[in-house]
Amino acid sequence: MTQVTPTFIPQDAGKAKSRKETARKARWTVVDVVIVAYALIPVLWTLSLSFKTAEAQTDKSFFPSEWTFQNYKDIFTTNEFIRALINSIGIAIIATVIAVVLGTMAAYAIARLDFPGKQLLVGVSLLIAMFPQVSLVSPLFEMERQLGLFDTWPGLILPYITFALPLAIYTLSAFFREIPWELEKAAKMDGATPAQAFRRVIAPLAAPGVFTTAILVFIFCWNDFLFAISLTSTEASRTVPAALSFFTGASQFEAPTGTISAAAVVITIPIIIFVLFFQRRIVAGLTSGAVKG
Amino acid sequence: MAEIVLDKLTKRYPDGALAVSEVDIQIADGEFIILVGPSGCGKSTMLNMIAGLEDISSGELRIDGKRVNEKAPKDRDIAMVFQSYALYPHMSVRENMAFPLRLAKVDDKIVRQKVDEAAKILDLTHHLDRKPANLSGGQRQRVAMGRAIVRSPKAFLMDEPLSNLDAKLRVQMRTSVSKLQKQLATTTVYVTHDQTEAMTLGDRVVVLRGGKVQQIGSPQFLYDNPANLFVAGFIGSPSMNFLPGTLENGQLSTGLGEVALSDRIRQLAEKADAPREVIAGIRPEHFEDARVLDERTLGGGSTFTATVDVLESMGSDKYAYFTVEGEAATSAELEELAADAGSADVPASGSQLVTRLSAASGAKEGSEVDVWFDADKIQLFDPSNGKNLTYTE
Repeated sequence: MTQVTPTFIPQDAGKAKSRKETARKARWTVVDVVIVAYALIPVLWTLSLSFKTAEAQTDKSFFPSEWTFQNYKDIFTTNEFIRALINSIGIAIIATVIAVVLGTMAAYAIARLDFPGKQLLVGVSLLIAMFPQVSLVSPLFEMERQLGLFDTWPGLILPYITFALPLAIYTLSAFFREIPWELEKAAKMDGATPAQAFRRVIAPLAAPGVFTTAILVFIFCWNDFLFAISLTSTEASRTVPAALSFFTGASQFEAPTGTISAAAVVITIPIIIFVLFFQRRIVAGLTSGAVKG
Repeated sequence: MAEIVLDKLTKRYPDGALAVSEVDIQIADGEFIILVGPSGCGKSTMLNMIAGLEDISSGELRIDGKRVNEKAPKDRDIAMVFQSYALYPHMSVRENMAFPLRLAKVDDKIVRQKVDEAAKILDLTHHLDRKPANLSGGQRQRVAMGRAIVRSPKAFLMDEPLSNLDAKLRVQMRTSVSKLQKQLATTTVYVTHDQTEAMTLGDRVVVLRGGKVQQIGSPQFLYDNPANLFVAGFIGSPSMNFLPGTLENGQLSTGLGEVALSDRIRQLAEKADAPREVIAGIRPEHFEDARVLDERTLGGGSTFTATVDVLESMGSDKYAYFTVEGEAATSAELEELAADAGSADVPASGSQLVTRLSAASGAKEGSEVDVWFDADKIQLFDPSNGKNLTYTE
């Protein structure tokens, strides 16, 4: 008996432990499900609305009783939405590329160099990020009208870059700071020119940071409604979020819920693709193992 | 392989701070030279200047007789091993080691062969396809060495390459670094703050303090004939004991009592025009338990009686610590050494004396013991400038 007891105690303890473990897992699963449901139900609702017929829009049922692609056909038959989609894609991509390129250079300098006024520069860029955008809409509207930028692509690209740059600089300088300075010195000692050192050592290591920043900036430009609605007036530069608000129903007594939902689903797709595509590249800890740490 | 000459090499930062001041060193072809000193002594700056990672403010750096001050690191044909190893994390071990060869546009077949060769020397053959993140500290260190040796550069620069390893591995790697250097016979400049590495590795050791060379010489010479208090205190572990003393008619009186100096030391002190107040330095191993010595040896020194504060038995030896009453020896050099060792803030009444006694000694903690020291091994220093008054070439 005395020989048996010791073997029982650990087993009991193990059971208690695993029971605790299961309870903990269950709690977390519940929390996760609640959060995911909270985030996804509105999206699924929109998706459902986009497949409902005009009559069924207000039937309060989660699943469409009758599936239809009419809403999608409608938005793609009007020039209005296609034009807005082109504007959105063009403006967001151009603004992202410029902001990321400028941000990379600025962030590299901030992370690596010591120059007079560095703190001031960082402070000012933070200030821009904190500035309430809505207060700038009227002055920007006036200025752009004077300069002939109103309702043009550059008229939106410029403010987007302005507000995306602080974000880009902040995210990127954090990434650059992670890259050990000595790697660059090592590359130089190994016979690399500064350009080779950047291209073969620093750039591959900074890539996850650059992609992360690009995604964030792209989403910011893509989703913007405030500037898009205030600084555009025609199809020449109106982006999708702004164009959505100009959708009309079949008659003036009918809300264009179905088509707006369909358009919303369409413009969400590029973001999902973007994130899924680059997700693999956004791997944290790529720099581990470079130096003892 | 190359001869490296530092001719009045100086580094002054824009804010006026002088990191390296007029350093003259001639490093012979194939020599293993160690730059050693406390942190902030300019040793790493000097190494970076040789590498080309830091500009030279004035003076000239010559490799194989050619001035290279203005040359970029890549044109100097020197390899460097960094303290942090600085391995490229996105490349495998093989790619890391091949990187310098690829930049030099070496043929693929030769790259493969050279990397395999280096991997064999460093025992890395089985790890060639792994990423640095999956290697242990010692393996990373070897990859860093491998990256340096693959392209057979003119010289190796090593910046505290072993300081990130744990104690046991460090001793192991120390011997393999030494063996590797002998095998390759490539000029090597090695920076360390560890005096044990300095003593064991180098053909010659350069002791630096505040950007100035204190002394250059073989490890044994530096140990036996330190040029000044700083070198005396820095080289050797446990370090030399320093006691303030008064010199009168060939008699030295210190906290350990009066001792008649040997003729050799008396003559040296006279020649150096020694002042009355001096600092006497005695290494721990020049003490011995009087009971284990015969009469003849005892005559060559002086004996004092003191209570053992702490006794550390190492098996082969016993380290006995005593407190010597009276003022502790003070000088700028000693203060700097204490600050570097982090012992400046430790309060102490009187000064501590470290002695190394033979294992046969019957010394016990808290009890009195008769300790003898060798009068011929005492070194005398001038407290005003730290110069060794008993220095012999």
